[in-house]
Amino acid sequence: MNLLRAFLSNARLRNATIGIVVLLVLSVVPFFNAPPPHVELAAEALLEHGPKWFTNGLLTTLLVDLIIILMAVFAVSRMKEVPGAWQNIVEMLVEGMWNLTQSIAGHGSANSRKFFPWVITIFIFVLVSNYIGLLPGFGSIGIYHSGAESQAQAELGNRLAMAGAESVAVAAPAEEGKPVLVPLFRSPSADLNMTLALALISVFMTQFFGVQALGMRYFTKFFKNPFKDGMGAVVGFFELIAEISKIISFSFRLFGNIFAGEVVLLVMAFLVTFLLPSIFYGLELFIGFIQALVFMLLTLAFFTMATVSHDDHH
Amino acid sequence: MDVEVAKELGSALAIGLGAIGPGVGIGLIGAKAMEAMGRNPEVTNTVQTNMLLGFAFCESVAIYALVISLLVKFV
Repeated sequence: MNLLRAFLSNARLRNATIGIVVLLVLSVVPFFNAPPPHVELAAEALLEHGPKWFTNGLLTTLLVDLIIILMAVFAVSRMKEVPGAWQNIVEMLVEGMWNLTQSIAGHGSANSRKFFPWVITIFIFVLVSNYIGLLPGFGSIGIYHSGAESQAQAELGNRLAMAGAESVAVAAPAEEGKPVLVPLFRSPSADLNMTLALALISVFMTQFFGVQALGMRYFTKFFKNPFKDGMGAVVGFFELIAEISKIISFSFRLFGNIFAGEVVLLVMAFLVTFLLPSIFYGLELFIGFIQALVFMLLTLAFFTMATVSHDDHH
Repeated sequence: MDVEVAKELGSALAIGLGAIGPGVGIGLIGAKAMEAMGRNPEVTNTVQTNMLLGFAFCESVAIYALVISLLVKFV
């Protein structure tokens, strides 16, 4: 009883509680009959009669590039001995990443200096593209297409129907001729083209650095003479498969995490409109950072592993 | 069984069953890393980095399941 009285006398606490309850009630009352959103697995072409390659993912990738360039320009345009706020943040980021790179590739080694530009580029680019997809307006601002093209895509099977608020039944594809909203922006990490490109760069540079460090000896990791070293040949074959599957795991790890995160946010927004999605926003912020870090760390670890010779022990 | 139903079921089963192994694996890695950090707090940074790498390798198994799941559903 005392507790209740104390609670009622505290105006801020009371108002906050009332606000939360009102928001939760508003969430479940169906005011608008919003159509269930359609989640597109592939990035869509922005212009209806324009080129197929000009997708919303590409537009956002260019936007991310612009943001990163502006970030860098603002950080270094007025460099001072005593850094300002923004210069300080960027210095902290670069220094932290430099220490992390050194702790894996070797302190003060030539390798860390060689790998650092690659991995920090990957880190910053992936981080910005993960976070940009969380901004309001992504996936909701767009251009209406007449729908014929989208219908064709649905027949191709590119459409992932989304469960609505009440039913978990699969929504029917858009009707013929019904206008379809194509979002103007899409997180580049939720576009398989971008993650695949990053994965290819990462895996190719692994081979490049391996050959640079060990010469043609690098390929003895994969191809051994089966008559001299039968077991080694089998192991080398599996190494080769693992090397190729790195492309798949790199690209789908980033794509899967970010795309699934967006779908989770959408579903949560349709289940409980207020409050609940904000918790998942926090989760997505965390996942976006971790995925950028993981992409960078794995690339760095593979680079470092490729430059180490395996025949030294014999 | 209808082909559509079989596809839905197959894709759900692929990712659902495929997530069990990596889930257990990530749990084991996390548990051991916590143990190590508790025993020796000075190595927290190194253990954390290696823990994340272990997570990523473990997670790739789930990612292959995700790829198969998407292939079954959309192709």
